Amino acid sequence: MTGYGYIAAAIIISAVITFLLRAFPFLVFRGEHKLPDILDRLGKLLPSAVMAVLIIYCLKDVKTDIVHTGIPEIAGVIATAVSYKLKHNTFLSIILGTACCMVLMHFM
Amino acid sequence: MNREILKKAFIRSLPVLCSYIFVGTAYGIMMESAGFKWYMSLLVSEAVYTGAFQFVLITFLSSGASLITIALTAILMNSRQTFYSLAYLDEFKQMGKRKWYMVNTMTDETFAVNTTLENVSDKEERHSIMFLVAIFSKSYWLIGSVIGGILGQLIPFELKGIDFCMTALFVIIFIDRWENAKSHKPALMGLGVGVLCLFILGSSAFMLPALLITSGLLVLFCGKESEKV
Repeated sequence: MTGYGYIAAAIIISAVITFLLRAFPFLVFRGEHKLPDILDRLGKLLPSAVMAVLIIYCLKDVKTDIVHTGIPEIAGVIATAVSYKLKHNTFLSIILGTACCMVLMHFM
Repeated sequence: MNREILKKAFIRSLPVLCSYIFVGTAYGIMMESAGFKWYMSLLVSEAVYTGAFQFVLITFLSSGASLITIALTAILMNSRQTFYSLAYLDEFKQMGKRKWYMVNTMTDETFAVNTTLENVSDKEERHSIMFLVAIFSKSYWLIGSVIGGILGQLIPFELKGIDFCMTALFVIIFIDRWENAKSHKPALMGLGVGVLCLFILGSSAFMLPALLITSGLLVLFCGKESEKV
C-alpha cells in the first residue's frame, strides 16, 4: 500500500476531473444568452442516440463470455423488449427481463 | 415539496435502486478486499460518484499507478458525462440553486431516468422529480458502498445479474423513444455506430468514440429535423 498523500491526491484528481467533465458545457455556455442553435438541436437528438449506445455498452461483455453473460443478457433483453411491446408496463418488463437474466446466469 | 412528488420520484428511481445498491455493494466489497475500509469507499463514492471508473481506481490505488495515468483514465472513461450535460444545458439552467447539484450527480442512470420525464408537462414538478431522483440515486450508491465495505465477504453472490434491471430500463426507454419519434435516424445512428465501434475498438475503448462519431453524424445529417421528443 502506498502513502496517504498519494491516495488523497489520486482521489482529489479523480473527483476534480470528473466534475469538470460534467460541468464543461455549463462553464463554456455560462452566460444568459441563448445556446447556439446547433447545440440546442443536438441536445434534443442526443438522448435517443445515447440510449442506443448505452444498451450496447451494457451488452459489451456478451462477446467475451458468450455462455455466462452473453446468453443470459441477450435473453433478458429479448424478454424485456417483447413484454414491453405487448403490455407497455415498465415494471413488469424490468422484473421479467431481470429475472430471466438472473435465472439463466445462475444455471449456466 | 409534497408527498405526491416524493412518491413519484421514488418510483422513477426504483431501477436505479436495484442497480446502485447491488453494484455499490460490489464496489465496497472490492475496496475492502484491496485493504480500504468502508469510510474510504464512502469518501470516493461521494467525491467521484461514477460507477465503472471507481472500480478501475481500486486497482490503480492498490498498484500505485501514476497520477497521470489516473487522470487520463478518468478523462477517457468519464467524458461521456459531457454529452449528458450538453443535452440538459437548458433544463438545468432553469433549476436555479439546484443546478450544480444536478450537474455533479449526472450519471448514465440518472440521465436515462431524466429522459423519461420529458412528458411531465409541469416544469416545476419535473424539476423537483429530477432533483429528488438525483438525491435518491446518489444515496443508493453511497449506501451500497458502505454496506459492501462493512459486510465484506459475508454477502453471498447469488444476486449476480440483478444489475441487469438497468439494462432493462435502457431497453424500455429506447423502445418508448422509438415509438414516439418522428425520425428514427438518431436511434439508428447510435445503434449502428455503437456496434461498429464495439467491434473495431473493443469493449473497453468504444464508448467515447461512439458518442463522438454519433454526435458528429447527428449534427451533419439531422440538422434541419427536430425530432419530437
